[in-house]
Amino acid sequence: MQVSLIKRLSRTIMDPLDGWLLALLAGVFVLSMVALFSASNQSWAKIDNKLVYTVLSLIIMWLLARLSPQTVMHMALPLYATGILLLVGVELFGITVNGSTRWLNIGIARIQPSEIMKIALPMMLAWYFQKYETTLNWRHYVVAAVLIVIPGLLILKQPDLGTATLVMGAGFFALYFAGLSWKVIIGGGITFLASLPVVWNLMHDYQRKRVLTLIDPMEDPLGAGYHIIQSMIAIGSGGVWGKGWLAGSQTHLDYIPERTTDFIFAVYSEEFGLAGNLLLLALYLGIISRCLLITARAPTLYGRLLAGAITLSFFVYVFVNMGMVAGILPVVGVPLPFFSYGGTATVSLAIGLGMLMGIGKLQRR
Amino acid sequence: MKQAARLKDPQTEERQLYWRLLVAYLFMVLMLLLLVARFVWLQVFQYEHFTTLAQNNSISLVPVQPNRGLIVDRNGIELARNYASYTLELTPDKIDNLDATIRALGRIVTITPRDLKRFQKFQSESKDFEPVPLRLKMDDIEAARVAANLWRFPGVEVKARLYRDYPYKELTSHVLGYIGRIGPRDKERMAEDENAANYRGATHIGKLGLEAVYEGELHGQNGFEEIETDSAGRAVRSLRRTAPVHGNTLQLALDIHLQDVADKLFGARRGALVAIDPQNGGVLALLSKPSFDPNLFIDGIDSQSWQSLNEDWQRPLINRAIRGMYPPGSTFKPFMGMAALHAGAIGPNEVRPAPGYFTLPGSSHQFRDSNPRGNGSANLARAIAVSSDTFFYKLAWDMGIDRIHPLLAQFGLGSRTGIDLDGEAVGVLPSKEWKARRFAGPRYRNEHRRWLPADVVSIGIGQGFNAYTPLQMANATAVLANNGRAFHPHLVQSITDARNGRTRLIEAAPYKQLPFRQQHYDYIKQGMQAVMQPGGTGARLGQGLQYSMAGKTGTAQVVQIKQGAKYNAGALAEQHRDHSWFIAFAPVEQPKIAVAVIVENAGFGAAAAAPITRALFDYYLTGKLPDDIRSQLETFPPSVTGKQDASVAH
Repeated sequence: MQVSLIKRLSRTIMDPLDGWLLALLAGVFVLSMVALFSASNQSWAKIDNKLVYTVLSLIIMWLLARLSPQTVMHMALPLYATGILLLVGVELFGITVNGSTRWLNIGIARIQPSEIMKIALPMMLAWYFQKYETTLNWRHYVVAAVLIVIPGLLILKQPDLGTATLVMGAGFFALYFAGLSWKVIIGGGITFLASLPVVWNLMHDYQRKRVLTLIDPMEDPLGAGYHIIQSMIAIGSGGVWGKGWLAGSQTHLDYIPERTTDFIFAVYSEEFGLAGNLLLLALYLGIISRCLLITARAPTLYGRLLAGAITLSFFVYVFVNMGMVAGILPVVGVPLPFFSYGGTATVSLAIGLGMLMGIGKLQRR
Repeated sequence: MKQAARLKDPQTEERQLYWRLLVAYLFMVLMLLLLVARFVWLQVFQYEHFTTLAQNNSISLVPVQPNRGLIVDRNGIELARNYASYTLELTPDKIDNLDATIRALGRIVTITPRDLKRFQKFQSESKDFEPVPLRLKMDDIEAARVAANLWRFPGVEVKARLYRDYPYKELTSHVLGYIGRIGPRDKERMAEDENAANYRGATHIGKLGLEAVYEGELHGQNGFEEIETDSAGRAVRSLRRTAPVHGNTLQLALDIHLQDVADKLFGARRGALVAIDPQNGGVLALLSKPSFDPNLFIDGIDSQSWQSLNEDWQRPLINRAIRGMYPPGSTFKPFMGMAALHAGAIGPNEVRPAPGYFTLPGSSHQFRDSNPRGNGSANLARAIAVSSDTFFYKLAWDMGIDRIHPLLAQFGLGSRTGIDLDGEAVGVLPSKEWKARRFAGPRYRNEHRRWLPADVVSIGIGQGFNAYTPLQMANATAVLANNGRAFHPHLVQSITDARNGRTRLIEAAPYKQLPFRQQHYDYIKQGMQAVMQPGGTGARLGQGLQYSMAGKTGTAQVVQIKQGAKYNAGALAEQHRDHSWFIAFAPVEQPKIAVAVIVENAGFGAAAAAPITRALFDYYLTGKLPDDIRSQLETFPPSVTGKQDASVAH
């Protein structure tokens, strides 16, 4: 009796979730806890906090995975419209911090509407292409491009180049899976490279500085290059097997900036070395592979587009964060998924993966 | 269109999707391989290079500690100050044989077993690459001797450090509190407040008292120095320096001379004293006896001293002035009188009997007067002067608790006064709701929770459930003295900003005006003045006054006396004897000081607490001081007789 009850209960809980993804995420979670304990100077308060928001993220993931993708799809248009309205609200009444206007005070809390767009935009596009699936022609791609550019420009204006790129990237991935012509993609790529000098002129000083720092961090070792140099020293001196847990001198002598959030990978890499890096990369590759498999098996166009966009976005986060910490990409504020300390990012990633699991449930036999 | 037609074919569509998925997947794998290549480059091929860089990390960001703000009394006398001295610090990571190094150092400077024990404790709390102090407070000669030998000891450093010092020790401990080494709990709190960066390299933080409450003002802002170091980790040159912003200076309303005089007047007795300037709420003196030396706590108290302080039955670590809750006894009567006048329960000059005992209708229980023969008959002012219990029993009975409670709450009784110290007790101003809440637990029955008619009677004379802190009583007295213009009592009077020298006042205006009528204040004050005059309970202490003084004696029962039994101080153990209370202010016309004093287990108010107050007022208002007190003082107040030098010793 009791055994069957437990069985039934565990089935109810596990049923909506994807076992493979859950196991891989658990692996990332364990490594991230180990790294956080070291990065935070063994602060139990941070460990507690992380536990709390991880459990919260799991619940949200579970709830979304239980919902049928059909139900979620109907939220696409309202969510997108709300997101755009809030972005316009930011433009009009936003809160300015450090020269950028990204937040909106809604009485109880501050929200960052550009975060909503990260998921709302691919949902909107997936819904849009599904709706016109049978009559799809080039005009629909133009409309889709407009749907991407509107929030993109609004976020660029804040200014927040990092988030704008991520949001537009998520939209582009949906277009890509919707069958955007290769000619357009390649043509667009060439146009983009050609327009770089123009972009350079439009950039803010701090953004230019970041790019310059990337090209030669030694140029300004105490200023803009300091963070990258110190994080590269941390990674490099980790060697193949690392310095051992809690023994990273770069970490504990306060050389690594933002070491619980954006730069936590440097802490991990210093203490666990190349071996640790490969293990973590393998876990992320596993997650991405599983997500793409779900995408391939999705029964509807909406499911394929949304799942594909979520997967590629996830990859972009991983790549951009690690690339930044390893000194091959400019410093933009992108956290390492499910690894960096921070509840907002984790919850929003969990929303994406929850929807993806929901799509995975309705596989074609 | 051709494209549209192609998309409609599910087979082609599927093939196209798979193709695109494959491209995306290959792209991602390629990018991840790029990351792997980068890691291999950094961690395998460049490993040696980065290891050297990490070991001699050639540019270090060294935090520059701000100087902690000073705390001075109202006359500018330093109560908490800093002095520079040297520490001997060891970085275990850089030392091959720690024991041998410590032994060798022991031949150069004295290292006591206590130093060694403290070193081991600090070492266990910190990481191996963090410097740990072995010897504190080395003088110049010792520091020079070690410095000359430093080449023999890699990983050993002599650092100049600022130490905190409380020159008046026991006198100020319950006000200033102390700073102590930053512990694991402080670190967690800093992490939560996102404040850790400002404490990088800091060793101490405010733990108690003003040092803790005003931590944000006192600590200041970290500076940073970027230093280029050689391969041995020695500083070669400073590249850039951001100066620290030193902590702000706190100027107290407290007068250290007055505090000193009050302390000596108490002598070895237990209790508390709070003196407030009624005109602005500034706390002139705040004493809790016995006390302790806060300097013991700064670098970690040794277990023996801690044990003796913590297990002392006199509880020197408890701040009685803000945490001790005592029934106010008869010092409650002036406030009770204000409430009765305001509620119209009695008119001024209305004469009533004041017999030897009071009984409730239909009950034989006798509420006795402290004067068994009674006081004949009296009006309210005289009832205060002679402290008639039966008069106030009747008054409380007539008014009922529902009318008493809100009016006495006006004086801040039964709620925190809002003083700038942590841990203030709330006290108990009884009400029906309070009783229901107090006895809510399953251990009590309904008859415990219900308000009984008799409950109100003893409340009228400040006994029963009443319980207030000395601070609350001093605050209520100050508000009464100032005709209802209420300030939050505050120790800190002003804060001087270290950056621009600008001074901020803490509380410049009263925060409320009590709703009582001026003629009622005048009448009650007249009664309190009569306390000090012939026929009053404090008449002996009102002799030879050079200024006008209003007061009220009180006696707080520690043990309930059985019906019919007689209170006999001699027969009771000392700890069961009554507490002696006194509240007072002076001069009556334009009050400069309001005081509440409690002396524990010292009997009647007029016996112990009132003489302390009178002597304190004499000193504060006229400068007069008994010789035996003057000879004990730790501070040297300017003398009116001109015998002592007016300058102030630190």
